[in-house]
Amino acid sequence: MSTATAARSTRVDKPRKAWRPWGLVAWICGLIFVAPVLWMVLTSLHSEPDAATNPPSLGAPLTFDGYAEFFSGTGGAGPWPPLINSFSASIGSTVLVLLLAIPAAYALSIKPVEKWTDVLFFFLSTKMMPVVAALLPIYLVAQYSGMLDNISFLTVLYTSMNLPIAVWLMRSFLAEVPKEILEAAAIDGAGLFTILRRVVAPVAMPGIAATALICFIFSWNELLFARVLTGVVAGTAPVYLTGFVTSQGLFLAKVCAAATVVSLPVLIAGFAAQDKLVQGLSLGAVK
Amino acid sequence: MAIDTAPPPTRTGPRAQGRPGSGAGRAARWVRRAPLLPALIFTIVVTQLPFLATLVISTLRWNSLDPDNRGFAGVDNYVAVFSDPALRDSVVTTVVLTAVVVIVSLVLGLGLALLLDQKFRGRGAVRTMLIAPFLVVPVAAALLWKHALYNPDYGLLNGALNWLGNLLGFQAPQPEWISDMPLTAVIISLVWQWTPFMMLILLAGLQSRPMDVVEAASIDGAGAFQVFRYLTFPHLRQYLELGGLLGSIYVVQNFDAVFTITSGGLGTANLPYQIYQTFYQAHDYGQASAAGVVVVVGSIIIATFALRTVSSLFKNEGAR
Repeated sequence: MSTATAARSTRVDKPRKAWRPWGLVAWICGLIFVAPVLWMVLTSLHSEPDAATNPPSLGAPLTFDGYAEFFSGTGGAGPWPPLINSFSASIGSTVLVLLLAIPAAYALSIKPVEKWTDVLFFFLSTKMMPVVAALLPIYLVAQYSGMLDNISFLTVLYTSMNLPIAVWLMRSFLAEVPKEILEAAAIDGAGLFTILRRVVAPVAMPGIAATALICFIFSWNELLFARVLTGVVAGTAPVYLTGFVTSQGLFLAKVCAAATVVSLPVLIAGFAAQDKLVQGLSLGAVK
Repeated sequence: MAIDTAPPPTRTGPRAQGRPGSGAGRAARWVRRAPLLPALIFTIVVTQLPFLATLVISTLRWNSLDPDNRGFAGVDNYVAVFSDPALRDSVVTTVVLTAVVVIVSLVLGLGLALLLDQKFRGRGAVRTMLIAPFLVVPVAAALLWKHALYNPDYGLLNGALNWLGNLLGFQAPQPEWISDMPLTAVIISLVWQWTPFMMLILLAGLQSRPMDVVEAASIDGAGAFQVFRYLTFPHLRQYLELGGLLGSIYVVQNFDAVFTITSGGLGTANLPYQIYQTFYQAHDYGQASAAGVVVVVGSIIIATFALRTVSSLFKNEGAR
């Protein structure tokens, strides 16, 4: 710890230089955390015998055999139907969530209903209920209404799963709309649609993007509902992956290829929109 | 960047327009409510009604493998739930799993956020590397840990040990990671996934610090530790609470890692897995529902505390 004079004397060039070693520590930590992901991708590009050596053969020749094996779906159904199911459930539920959440958020921020905080907390509280407790009745409803193994049923469930998050997020963004501008626009005789388009939409757009990203990721990742409610027709990509839970001889490259392919949409979306990811994950508390 | 849970300054809005009793006021209030209703009704129907059904089924004797023997069971299912050692163990497992994962991820996430808050070459690249684990689909991550890292014969962990052993000339230990320490194996994989989440939230918190105050403090001779203790940490507290709360909500419900890595064996079955098991494999609908109700009651108790935390954040910020 330095004395006051020492601190003053170093003020000019700031204590940035003293922090240099931390950069190295940060790089090491980053490499440790990313190593399993890199290992997954590298292993997926190795041949099965090279993937299963001990010690690991890092420099083994690269091949797409693992991917070919995965997409050909030898020993069962191929991965395309589950991937398409995942896309339709994730995108479908994200659209539905936005259609429901944006008006709701409007009624909780720009023109708030009475007791709007209670309503907001009601939405959050539904997120704290363990989904597993509702699993059985939902399963029974699906069974009696003939909706078992149906991707639209899953889409509706994912909508309910993400709606509270979306309402919170969108509300926090819409609350940013400057009140004075809203009032000024109204006084100038702007209609509701003009206000929505000219004043609200510019502020809401980043929020919509963050909400869509988060809803897509959570729906894409979901396993429990999909596992219980779907079968051969509507199974999603995570359900398809559970087929790899037990070892089946030399299959490491194929597993890693499968894990890489299924994670790819989330990795791309997440890396492309890192700041949106933070906003979404913190329910809009962090801007 | 700022924590924004502040109520917008429109509190008096609805009251001014909607005077109770007057016809025009009532109409105006319904106009305000209209955009909210679809989302609200949808949420109530899809999330609240099933819980009511769970409550009813929990009092029934109902095993789908024995459909003729269905009837009212009173509290029998609850007695069975509380006297079932597997279910009691799963409660302990859930608490341990959630607490350890959330606390360790928070501590690691804080350390990493503090590192990333420094200026150094390639900061963006390091941030991207640190986020990667969170973006791997949970089932895929669990498979990756189970087969490619923990596998005792050709997993990366034992492979690296072996490589080090060969390099330095000693007989490397080759532990059976999953069967030797099943719960720890699950916890490590989850900490790996959740640390980036905590880091992102805490980093945003760090970067929203009022830097003029920090600079003023260091001009006045405050050391790095003092700045952290008296300025950074108090500012970060609400971000720590937010991360802890959201992390708990998600980790307490974890199913993917337990299902994939250990299939609930070796004392790693948490409540979600145990209930899934009772319902999916034992087909005991009554007992699964009773367990579900117990979980909900437990969650309500925890959620009340959690909501109070969020609510106080909400008020503090509103007062600022």
